[in-house]
Amino acid sequence: MNEFLIISGMAIATFVIRYSMFGASHRIVLSPTLLKALRYVPPVVLTAIVIPEVLISEGSLAIGYGNARLVGAITAILISLITKNLLLTIVLGMASFFGWQAALSLLS
Amino acid sequence: MSKFLSKGKPLIDPSPSTEFWAGARDIIPLVVGAVPFGIIFGTLATTAGLSPSGTLAMSIFVFAGSSQFIAAGLIAAKTNWLLIVLTTFVVNLRHLLYAVSLLPYAKKLPQMWKMLMAFWLTDESFAVGIRRYESNEQSAFKHWYYIGAALTMYLNWQLCTLLGITTGQLVPNAAEWGLDFAMSVTFIGMVVPYVKNKPMGIAVIVAGVIAVLGYGMPHKLGLMAAAIAGIIAGVLSEKAIEPTASIKN
Repeated sequence: MNEFLIISGMAIATFVIRYSMFGASHRIVLSPTLLKALRYVPPVVLTAIVIPEVLISEGSLAIGYGNARLVGAITAILISLITKNLLLTIVLGMASFFGWQAALSLLS
Repeated sequence: MSKFLSKGKPLIDPSPSTEFWAGARDIIPLVVGAVPFGIIFGTLATTAGLSPSGTLAMSIFVFAGSSQFIAAGLIAAKTNWLLIVLTTFVVNLRHLLYAVSLLPYAKKLPQMWKMLMAFWLTDESFAVGIRRYESNEQSAFKHWYYIGAALTMYLNWQLCTLLGITTGQLVPNAAEWGLDFAMSVTFIGMVVPYVKNKPMGIAVIVAGVIAVLGYGMPHKLGLMAAAIAGIIAGVLSEKAIEPTASIKN
C-alpha cells in the first residue's frame, strides 16, 4: 500500500477540480443564460444534500413520526418561513430534533 | 454596483478583518456539524490501514470529507491507488459547479487568492460564502469573509481528524450524537429564503426528488444528477411560466 501515491494523487485530483475554473477564469465568459442558470446552484445543491440526509435512514425511506430528523427539518422549514432568521432556524430545528429523539427513546 | 447605493442604511464600512471574523463566526453551525465526521474519519482511516501521519496528511492536503471517507473504505479493501485517485476525482466533481458559481465574484482577484479559495472549497464554505456574495450589502472584501469561513472549517477538520486518530477509540460512537444534523438545519435555513417564485420552487423540488431517487448511485453522482436536473427544471420553468421573472430578479 503506497500511502504517498494515494494521498498526493487524491490531493492533485481534488485541487485540479476545485481550481480549474478559477485558473481559467480570465478566459471563461459566462453567457447571460449561464449566469441565470447559476443562480439555481446554491439552493438546488443544498437541497440535494439535505433531503436524503433527512428522509433516508439506513438505506431506506423513513417518512413518519419515528424519524426525528424529519420532525427537526419540518420545524426548521416552518421557523425559516416565519422568522427568516437563520440562527433561530438552526437552534429551534436542532432543539426539536433532540427533543423528539429524547421523547421517542422515552416512549420505546 | 456603486458602493454608495446602500439603501439609506449607514455605511458600516466593512474591513478585511470584520469580514474575516464574520465569516469565521457564520460557519460555526456547519463546523459543529462536521465535528463527528472528522473524528469518525480519523478513527476509521487508521483502522482501515492508513498510518496516523498519512491520515492527518490526507486531511491536510486533500481536505474533502466525502472522498476521504470513500478512500478509507477503498484502502481497507486494498484497492489500487490509481482507482482511489480516479474515484476521488468523480466524487469531487460537484466542486466544479461551486467554482463556476463563485467565478463572477472571484474573477478579478489575484491568482494567490483564487488558489486559496479553490483549495478550501467545500460544500460548507461554498454555502456560507455564496450567501455573503449574493447579499445586497456592499463590501469590497467579501473574499475575506469566504476565507474566514473556509479557514475555520479547515482548522476544525484537522483538529477533529487528530482527535479521531488519537482518542477515536475512546470517544463513544460519534455517529450517534446527532450533531451532523446541524448541517441539515443550517442548509434548510439557507434554502428557504431562495424559494420566492415558482421556478425556484420547482427547481428545489426536482432536486430533492432526484436526490432521493439517485441516492443509491455510487460516488455521490446522485447529488450531481439532482443538482443538474434541478437547474434545468428551474431554467425551463422560468421560460415557461414566468417569462418576466428573469427581469425582476
